[in-house]
Amino acid sequence: MSTDAADYLDGNAAAGDLSKIFVVDVTAAQGQCANCGAIRRFAEAHLYMQAPGVVARCAVCDHILLRLVNAGPRVFLDVRGLTYLRLDTA
Amino acid sequence: MWRVGTVVALHDETATARTITFEVPDWPGHVAGQHVDVRLTAPDGYSTVRSYSIASAPNSDGYVELTVERLPNGEVSPYLTQELAVGDRLELRGPIGGWFVWRTEQTEPIQLIAGGSGIVPLMAMIRSHASAASTALFRLLYSVREPGAIFYRDELQTLSDRNHSVSIAYAYTRATPKDWPRPPSRIDAALIANTTWPSNLAPTCYLCGPTSFVESATDLLIAFDNGRDKIRTERFGPTGERK
Repeated sequence: MSTDAADYLDGNAAAGDLSKIFVVDVTAAQGQCANCGAIRRFAEAHLYMQAPGVVARCAVCDHILLRLVNAGPRVFLDVRGLTYLRLDTA
Repeated sequence: MWRVGTVVALHDETATARTITFEVPDWPGHVAGQHVDVRLTAPDGYSTVRSYSIASAPNSDGYVELTVERLPNGEVSPYLTQELAVGDRLELRGPIGGWFVWRTEQTEPIQLIAGGSGIVPLMAMIRSHASAASTALFRLLYSVREPGAIFYRDELQTLSDRNHSVSIAYAYTRATPKDWPRPPSRIDAALIANTTWPSNLAPTCYLCGPTSFVESATDLLIAFDNGRDKIRTERFGPTGERK
């Protein structure tokens, strides 16, 4: 594994940035990892913030679930590591 | 959406930690356990954002309290804990996070485990429990370096004396009070067995602290048959600053 186990936070730490995009809270959303199939809350993902953007990895298999990069007035969001996100809209 | 908060009070919790009370007009209210992002902007336009847990109980008064620990090489925490003054204005975004929260409707036993400044969001839960007169059974296991590093010491004592549904256990990692029975050491299996809810009560567990602390405490809870789905975590990372 290329990542240092002590260097990550949890999905909660991305909630502020994600609140710019999503109208509902993403940390409580359930998502399925496209690599291993694990279904977990986004808050349980391992979050790496040392990169130019934010990288969320699966807590089970370490596969990248989501990447978020702020570039001036634009945000790039890559969620191909998630099969789905189930958001509670109530 | 960023809102402007005005500092209305400052209170030192320890030699290195300070509680900041903000008045935030149109604050939408929060749930215990949530955090806010704080944005500081320098005169030259450079701006930086940090996340801090909310310490205060949910209220409808438009006040938000954060407790910030000063980190020796931090970019933001030295400013917040040493230079910020009453009347200063900062930008706040939040409240943020809907997973690491305790809601007053929850009635199951609650196990809180804090490492150092990880007490802050858990204190919001304890305060929320008190202000809502909840009868849910709370236990807090609070790991600190030394007695002088305890946040909210008197308030925790008062709350646990007055309310038998909140009990508190301390673990000291470097120095203990005089005649303390347990030598300084990290949280271990014996301490978990002696001070936390047995897993057959199916407590919901909230763990907050540095990443390595949260990892080891999570592993201990799982070793005692607590379900992973009953454990919610919030990590500060190796530096203590979340961003």
